[in-house]
Parts: sequence; structure tokens; C-alpha cells
Amino acid sequence: MSSTLIAEQLLNGLQFGLMLFLIAAGLTLVFGILDILNVAHGSLYMAGAYVAAQTMQWTGSLLASIVVAAVVTGVVGLVIELVLIRKLVVRDHLAQVLGTFAIILIANDLVKMLWGPAPMMMNMPASLSGPVRLLPDLLYPAYRLLIIAVGLALALGLYLFVTRTRAGVLVRAGASNRQMATLMGVRVPLLFLGVFVLGAVLAAIAGALLGPVTAVQAGMGEQILILVLVCIVIGGIGSMRGAFVGALLVGFVDTAGRAFLPTLLKTFLSPAVASSVGPTLAAISIYLLMAVVLVFRPAGLFPARG
Amino acid sequence: MRVFHRLLVAALLLPVLALAQTPIKVGIANDLSGPFAALGAEARDGFNLALKQLGNKLGGHPAEFLQTDMGGNPDQAKQLVTRYIQRDKIDFFTGPIGSNVALAVGPALFAAKIPYLSNNPGPSQFAGAQCNDYWFGLSYQNDAFHEAAGKVAADRGFKKMVIIAPDYPAGKDALNGFKRGYKAAVNQEVYTKLGQIDYAAELAQLREAKPDAVYIFLPGGMGINFIKQFVSAGLNQNIKLVGPGFSADEDVIQAVGEPMIGMFNTAQWAFDLDNAQNKKFVEAFRKEYNNRNPSVYAAQAYDVIMAIDAAAKATGGNVSDRAAVLAALKKADFASVRGEFKYGVNNFPIQAYYARVIEKSADGRITNKLVGKVFDAYQDVYVGECKK
Repeated sequence: MSSTLIAEQLLNGLQFGLMLFLIAAGLTLVFGILDILNVAHGSLYMAGAYVAAQTMQWTGSLLASIVVAAVVTGVVGLVIELVLIRKLVVRDHLAQVLGTFAIILIANDLVKMLWGPAPMMMNMPASLSGPVRLLPDLLYPAYRLLIIAVGLALALGLYLFVTRTRAGVLVRAGASNRQMATLMGVRVPLLFLGVFVLGAVLAAIAGALLGPVTAVQAGMGEQILILVLVCIVIGGIGSMRGAFVGALLVGFVDTAGRAFLPTLLKTFLSPAVASSVGPTLAAISIYLLMAVVLVFRPAGLFPARG
Repeated sequence: MRVFHRLLVAALLLPVLALAQTPIKVGIANDLSGPFAALGAEARDGFNLALKQLGNKLGGHPAEFLQTDMGGNPDQAKQLVTRYIQRDKIDFFTGPIGSNVALAVGPALFAAKIPYLSNNPGPSQFAGAQCNDYWFGLSYQNDAFHEAAGKVAADRGFKKMVIIAPDYPAGKDALNGFKRGYKAAVNQEVYTKLGQIDYAAELAQLREAKPDAVYIFLPGGMGINFIKQFVSAGLNQNIKLVGPGFSADEDVIQAVGEPMIGMFNTAQWAFDLDNAQNKKFVEAFRKEYNNRNPSVYAAQAYDVIMAIDAAAKATGGNVSDRAAVLAALKKADFASVRGEFKYGVNNFPIQAYYARVIEKSADGRITNKLVGKVFDAYQDVYVGECKK
């Protein structure tokens, strides 16, 4: 295995981690502050992807797709918060999970009604569709570099927002102790609304950005949501830093598992055994990681509530 | 009094009418939601086109078509089939897209002596040890596309092959089928996670391995993810893509578009296959459905209805004589859109398979083009295990 291959796989791990972070950021924010597990976060991601794909077909511009997807999904998030989430916040977790699960079912059927059951076409702009030569013998897809760039920029932006702005202080206060924040005069309903819409917008950006490299179809949200849940559980629910570290860990471990494990196993197992054990082990590697983290840090790596 | 007379006459006539008009009942378990929704919608369009052309009759006799969505869910399908058998008393069954559903509902139908004409799945179980007279694997046996693809790869001189499938039973069967057709040793066999979203790690390995071609069996969204990422990594410049027909049919092409151009794939049918029945079918399909090209799922569904129509005609509409119905179905005496074929002992077709390649046609449409015949008369390898 050459060093460029290892470098490329590390880059892949970073890219996949950032891809997951885009979705995890919104989910952890909503979970941390509203204390509600919004299992429909994946549906917002799907909504973003569909709106982006439609915009892409009309305009051909990736930037326009991302902006329109963010705005439309933000409005959808606003409506969902006002109509449903507001009422679920005071209920127990079972009601919250059932309520948001209902959104998944409705969203999947709505998407099929609007766009049909077949997956939707969303191709990347021609300028980004080829590979870029990073090193003499290291080619890397331009579009994946874009995902890395946007992921890092968004992470930095959220970091500055949470640590440097007044709204960020309120968000942190709400996450660490909601009751205390209320008593100190934070207007909680407005804060909740803002956070939920922000979560929806982040999910939509992720959906729009990942649309060109994944299948835009009904049910795409649930597929990725499980991985994202693993990220925020590892990182510590409600913590933005935790979501970032958790997503990167999952990205690296998952990619390394798929890239290196089968080859590694072949060195000390017979090829037949290695080829059947390798993929299975790679598939459970991130869940092993989660189990290990939870044994030593039951609240995740960076618990939001001290 | 006059009213009473009329009623009496009507009452006396009723049983006669009922006898004459007992329609032939066909239960169609559609796949309109759930994992196979897109393919199920294609099949439904194929069924409906055939029904429309036949004027909702079978062999000229009145018929009733019960279409119900079962969402690709084996449990839901089982309940539906129980209802079809016990309450609706159907005479024929068809519809499911997935092999898991076919395997779940098959035994109950066979026990109730209801012919099941498959419009898509061809599980190896029904081809081998569990073969049954009431099963008609009208479409293909599941391994056939993979074996044909293996032969295409060998014929095209692809010396170094990497083959990829998800890590689940059908994935392993697919790659074994490919290897049977390819006959030589493959360079690498890669198993990925079921439902995998990101293929960057596998693509990096491909770049390192530099094969002539890569064979993918990645159903549904997985294949779309893979192909989009394969092309954006620039690997399509040096590596050919090969897949079974269902990884490269209209549903996938509509979702991926340009990046699919140049992909080789195999099927027992192609929309540009040259026979009279197929030309008629493709033309009618385009007219009915917005100038869309039919997919293999639509073609198979259309064939199923035509096969039932022929059997109804041959038995004079008396479909309760099951022995006669089975004998008529087994003759496959209808104009199939794939051309002529006959059934083997296990009621799976012995038929030709074709290689297709995705191209941009003269009218600017991205679609499959027939490029050659792979097998003249292929029969599945499981037929020997069928003892009946």
C-alpha cells in the first residue's frame, strides 16, 4: 500500500466526517437546546436535497440550489416548529419521537407525490465534476474538496457564532441549563424557534451539497440519520464541538475500516476468512467505537451539560 | 303484479348471468411504496398498458384485476395474498418486485393451486429444490444477468476485473454468478456495506488497482451513489463500468443522466430489440406515458398479462380447470416482447440474453442501446436440483 493511497484515504475520512458533521451540527443543536430528539432531521435533509435538485434542474447553478434549498427548508422548519415541535417540547420523549417520526412518514410520501417514486437527478456543475491533481500522483475529486472546504468553513462559522455572539451565548446557556436560562430572562420560545430553523437550514445545506454525490430519493434521510446519531452520541449530545469531533472520528474509523481492514486481515488470516470477516468488521467498527466511548465517557466526549 | 313478474324473471336469470360473467380474477400485489417503489411504478405501467390494450379482458373473457400496494414488505404481502386467496378467490397472481416477497408468498399460493407468474424476481430456491408447477419465472432467474455480464466482460477482453457488491446474500450470489460467466480469476472482490452512502474508500482502491473494468451489483440508491462518485473521481476515463440490467435501466438513468454513458449491462430484453411485438409495445408505451422509454420491469409486467391472456384463450375461459391452465401457461404460446422462449423443467425461461450499453441517442436522449447477444439459449444452473 503506497503512501499516496494512505494520504488519499485519510482525506476521504476527513471528507466523510465533514459530510456527517453538516447534518450532525443541526441535530445536536436542536437536541441540546430543545431537549427533543428530532428524528425527522433526516427529512429536512431530504427536503433540502430535493429542493436543490429541482433548482439545479431549473437554473444549473449549485450556489443557487444551496441558497434556495436553505431558504425553502428554513421556512418548512419554521412551520414544523410552530405547528408541532412547540407542542411536543412539554411532552415526554416517547411522544416526541412518535410525533417527529410521523413527520418522516408524511415527508417521504409527500416527496413521492410531488416528484414521483424514482430517484431524482442532480448532477454537479461541469467545472467541479473532474479530479484535481493535488500531488504528482494524487488525484482527488474536485467536488469532494468543495465538501471539505464548505464543511470546514461551516464548522468555523458555527464555532464563532456559538462562542463570540450574543445569540451564541443564549444558545449555550439554553443547552447547559434551560431552566436557569429562562429564569435569567432568555425568551425561550423565540430561542427555540431560531435554533430549530437554524438546524433545518444546516440540514438543507448538507442535502444540497451531498445531492450531486448521492441518490436523491425518498428515505435518503433515515439512511444517513443513523450514522449521524452515532456521531452526536460519541461527541456528547448538544455540544457543537462534540458533533465536530464525533463526526470526524466516525468518518476516519469508517473509512479506515473499509480501506485498510480487509488488507490488514489478509496478512494473518486466510484470504477466504479475511474477505468474509473484513467487511463485517468494517461495518460494525463505528458502533464498536461508540460502545467504547460510552463505557468510558457515558455522556460522550464533550458533554454539553456540566 | 307486473313488478313482481319482472322481479321473478330477474331472479331466475340472475344465476345464469352470474355463471356467464364470473370474471377471471387476477391478483396483482403492486410495489408502489417502500424500497422498490420506482420499479413497482414501472411494472404497474406495464400491467396497465396490457390491460388497456386487452380492454380489461383475458382471452376475450371478462376479467377482474385486483391491484393493491403492499409496499415491498413480505409480511404485508403475505396478508394481502391470504385475502386474495380466501376472500377474492383469485385465479392468477403476479406483482412483487423483490425476491424476498416472492419467497414469502409463494408457498401459500402453490398450496392454494394458484399460478404465480413472476414479473421480476427469480429466486434460486424456486429454480432448484423448491421448484413448483404453479410457479412461472416468466422474467429471468436471478443469476442470469450476472452470468451474462461475466461473459460480456470476458468477451470484451477485460483482463483485470474488480467486482463489487453489498455484503448480503444476494450480493454474494451476484458476484458468484458473475465469476461463473467470466470463467477467469477476478483481480479483487469487494464487499461493501448494505445501504452505503460514501464510496470514496473503495474508489481509492480502484484507482490503485487500475483494473480494465469494474462490475457493480449495487441495487437502488447504492448504485446511484457509486456511479456519481465514480465519475466525479474521474475513474470513468480509464475504467469501464459493467453491471446487471437492473443497475442500468431507465429508472437509474433518469436519476444519474450523463455519467452513466458508456456503462455495459445485460438483460433478456432491450427496448430496441427487433421483433414485431416489441416494436408495438414500445410505441404504445411511449404514446401512453409521455414519450418515456419502457424499462425491463414494464416489459416483464406487460408479458405477464399477455401470458395469462393466452392461457385464458387456450382454456376457453375455464380457468378453474387448473391442469389445463398450467399446461397452457407452460407452452408460453404468446408473442413475448423479448422474442421466443420456452420453459425449462423448473418453469424458468430458457432464453437469449443481450448486452446493452448506455449512449446518447440521435434525439439527445440518454438510453440503452443493444450491442449484441450474449447467450442464445441460457438456462439457469439450478434446474438440476429441481425434482418434481
